[in-house]
Formats: sequence, structure tokens, C-alpha cells
Amino acid sequence: MSVDVRIPTILRTYTGGEKAVTAEGATLAEVVADLEANHPGIGERLLDESGLRRFVNIYVNDEDVRFLAGLDTAIADKDSITILPAVAGG
Amino acid sequence: MLRISRNLIDDMVAHARADHPDEACGVIAGPIDSGIPTRFVPMLNAARSPTFYEFDSTDLLRLYRDMDDRDEVPVVIYHSHTATEAYPSRTDIALASEPDAHYVLISTRETGSQEGPFELRSFRIVDGEVAEEEVLVVATGD
Repeated sequence: MSVDVRIPTILRTYTGGEKAVTAEGATLAEVVADLEANHPGIGERLLDESGLRRFVNIYVNDEDVRFLAGLDTAIADKDSITILPAVAGG
Repeated sequence: MLRISRNLIDDMVAHARADHPDEACGVIAGPIDSGIPTRFVPMLNAARSPTFYEFDSTDLLRLYRDMDDRDEVPVVIYHSHTATEAYPSRTDIALASEPDAHYVLISTRETGSQEGPFELRSFRIVDGEVAEEEVLVVATGD
């Protein structure tokens, strides 16, 4: 499956400044692994040992994956994926 | 330096007072590359907390879509501290993720929901480093 992934400003250092890249995968976990393969370092900014980082939001077709199946969310051809860091603080 | 019109300062302070003692938060969007904050967008604090704020994730996506459609960026990201000074907390620094934004903090610790003097300061937060900057308030429309 080939999908477009929108990259937030703070992670564009990993994509050569590109705002969107294409990636492959049948699940979100596979898409993240493909992103890491092509843009080394980005994976660690999205995942930690427990899965998707608490303050990173990933949306598949405008739905927060936390309300879908998280990293197991199935990805179909032409889906659109958006990554946004949380806007949060104390 | 943050150059910002008086009415936008008033909007942020009014929001901070209205949500006291919980933290208030929001964005002032502006045209890409202009550095000028123009469109006030108060956000819901999904945490509804006196010590934490977080934009609701669905609202966050809508906000960024709207800004994209308008060729805008978040020029200012603001939030309030309701019991401490208007200076970024460790959590604020750790979670800051817009290196091009002005992070504005408002403290309502002195006057709460009431009118009166307030603290408002602006910072850049890049790679864990905080740099305070001058706030130049200009007349509305200038």
C-alpha cells in the first residue's frame, strides 16, 4: 500500500525539508518502519518502547489512531496519514 | 522580538482570566513567513487542569488543516499559568514542538479571574533551550 504521510515542521529535518512523503505498509506499524528505513531517525521520534509516543498524534484519514487500532490500524492504498506533535505543556 | 497588536494581547488575557483556575491555551495564526500574528484561535484545554494543558487531538488536526488552507502558521502558541510565574515549566520546554513559534505565557496568579495587572512574557523554545524575547505591543491595526 502506498500512502502519503504529512510531516510536521519539527520532523522535516528527517525528510530533507519535505512536508509530505510517500510510504508503504499494510498497517501503521509497517508504515512507520518504512518511514524509518527511508528517513533514519524519524521512527524514534514517533515510537518509544511502549508504542506510539504519548505526545505524538497520528491520524489516518482524519481519525486519531488512538480511536482506531493504534499501530495495528490497517492502511489501505491512497489513505492519507498526518503526523502532528501534541500542543501541550504544564 | 514578538510584535503584536493590543487587541490580541487583550484576547489572550481575557481567555486566561475566563478559564482561571484552569490553564487556558490557544494559538494566534498568521500568514506564512510574515511573523505577524493575526487570527486569534482560543482552544479547549482537553486536560481541564490547573497544572497542565493539551489541545484536544481532533481540534488539533482541524486547526492545522484550517491553517494549511489559509497559508498560515501558528505564529503564537499561548497558555496560562494560574499559580506560578509566566515562565516555561520543564514540561513546557520538553513538549515544545514548534521551533518557529513565539511561546507566550500569561500568569493569572495575582488577580485570578479579575481585572488588574497581569504578567505576559514571550519565549522561543528550540531544542530544549529557552530564550526570552521582547514583546512590542502596537496599536490595533498597525
